[in-house]
Amino acid sequence: MFAYVVRRVLATIPVMAVVALFVFSLLYIAPGDPAAVIAGDQATPEDVERIRASLGLDRPYLVRFGAWVFDILRGDLGVSIFTNLPVSLMIKQRLEPTLSLMVVTLILAVSIAVPMGVIAAARVGTFVDKFVMAFAVLGFSVPVFVVGYLLAYVFALELEWLPVQGYTPFSEGFFPWIENLILPAVALGSVYIALIARITRASMLEVLQQDYIRTARAKGAGQRSILFLHALKNAAVPIVTVIGIGIALLIGGAVVTESVFAIPGLGRLTVDAILRRDYPVIQGVVLLFSFTYVLVNLLIDILYTLFDPRIRY
Amino acid sequence: MALLEVDNLQTHFRSRDGINRAVDGVSFHVEARETVAIVGESGCGKSVTAMSILRLIPEPPGKIAGAIRFNGRDLLKCSDREMRDIRGNEISMIFQEPMTSLNPVLTVGRQIGETLRLHQGLSAQAAENRAVDMLNLVGIPEARRRVREYPHQLSGGMRQRVMIAIALACNPKLLIADEPTTALDVTIQAQILDLMRDLKRTVGAAIVIITHDLGVVAEVAERVIVMYAGRKVEEAEVGRLFRNPRHPYTQGLLGSMPKLGSSLTGVETRLQEIPGVVPSLKRKLEGCVFASRCAHATDLCTKVAPALEEKAPGHIAACHYALKDALAA
Repeated sequence: MFAYVVRRVLATIPVMAVVALFVFSLLYIAPGDPAAVIAGDQATPEDVERIRASLGLDRPYLVRFGAWVFDILRGDLGVSIFTNLPVSLMIKQRLEPTLSLMVVTLILAVSIAVPMGVIAAARVGTFVDKFVMAFAVLGFSVPVFVVGYLLAYVFALELEWLPVQGYTPFSEGFFPWIENLILPAVALGSVYIALIARITRASMLEVLQQDYIRTARAKGAGQRSILFLHALKNAAVPIVTVIGIGIALLIGGAVVTESVFAIPGLGRLTVDAILRRDYPVIQGVVLLFSFTYVLVNLLIDILYTLFDPRIRY
Repeated sequence: MALLEVDNLQTHFRSRDGINRAVDGVSFHVEARETVAIVGESGCGKSVTAMSILRLIPEPPGKIAGAIRFNGRDLLKCSDREMRDIRGNEISMIFQEPMTSLNPVLTVGRQIGETLRLHQGLSAQAAENRAVDMLNLVGIPEARRRVREYPHQLSGGMRQRVMIAIALACNPKLLIADEPTTALDVTIQAQILDLMRDLKRTVGAAIVIITHDLGVVAEVAERVIVMYAGRKVEEAEVGRLFRNPRHPYTQGLLGSMPKLGSSLTGVETRLQEIPGVVPSLKRKLEGCVFASRCAHATDLCTKVAPALEEKAPGHIAACHYALKDALAA
């Protein structure tokens, strides 16, 4: 097991290298010239050229890539073209809101979606099942920003139960912190909940047909134990997989959600950086997101062994 | 009073194209410590009968009617809660597929212990210790180590032993075994049957064994119930049934059984098959259920359903002509 984890961690290195190359190249071939943006409309071609040289953009592609990778390995993500602050510092400042949003959304989504899927499967074909499925289709098809504005309108503006937008750091207390996160988490989580609920239902339906479920019934096990112990543990692998894949959904959705609810997180940072063609920042953020995704899926591969003893590495 | 009395059991399934009368008016009884076999070919309602006793039939689409009295108490009138207390405790069941009947993600010890924790309120530790005892009882070596293992680490025969351990953990009064040896190879079959016979003696449970294998019947059963198309067509003490089957269907079953070494004795005896298939149970059958496949069927058979009659002491059959020796020969 330990050897497996070490091997898997080592295997992420080539993955991350490819990601790095891709992130770097994407911006290299993207249209627009940061030197021109910084120089402004009045600049002469010589000014632009000077700025480009000062940014090191005149050096050959491979040289720039090599230098960039070398810096990253030392923990240096470069300096923002726009603010002149180190990218790592800018990310650090924006990390907490995004991380909070993701974690709250993840917990909320899993704790709602899994029981929903289990109950739908247990009551397949009934009103409850149809309701869950209808909810899943709705959650899937309504975009995050629509759900977000709708929620903000109803629960913040009309009912005044929760703040409209903004973010309060965790250091100022749990309740102010969570208050600001509930609406964004629900908005961001709706697609995620729909996805997990559907997979849970499908996976449970298959498991509930199995012979060992009949054995559990014949032993006198109660419905709850059958569903949540005997069946859910067997149904867990696809559910955990989709939770992992869904992290990508959350990252994408976070960008939009943070805009809707004015949360000063990495999503906003990304959007701003793209608009300003702030290459080092874009590269840093995308690299961080990719790294998170790879890490989460590594974690999930390891989780499989907890749920299914037949999986051995 | 018999331990189990099944009275006019009817288990019907509603489906899109009509009602499937899987079991249609079956009655029988099982005395304490007795071994009764239910035989018949695939689709005759044996398994559904067994599942109905424990009410493991999903309702709907299934519907169980009649009466199933266990120690005088009608199981069909019990609440779900009461049924759960009976299942695995007073009546337990072993299934045909040892490969798939155990939960693949729980340890063997946990699965045996679950019954004990449910019905006897044992702690996790006490349940595990009892699980080790049970594994020893069913003849699994290195029980201490095995309780921590998962089903996929065991062979088919071992898994069926584990199933037996689960079934017998709470000393049930009745054990229902649904084709317990069908999925196992022959040497393992014999071991499992021996084990069941031994344990029956130690635990003192009555057994209802469901099988299509007449060899198994001869081996373990004291009394035999022959089912066909959801009905009981014959019932007798095992020796009597093999010597003197009254119902043409039973005769057909016995005739289709290969005899060991028969090809070496020089007598070329072709195995007798029963022509045709079990009729669809979707529509109400007129007359004798076996008439369409019976070589002796007459007009009477296709029109009037024969009642179950006692043809000899303790020997019941549902056939208009079963009394005639010509048929029984």
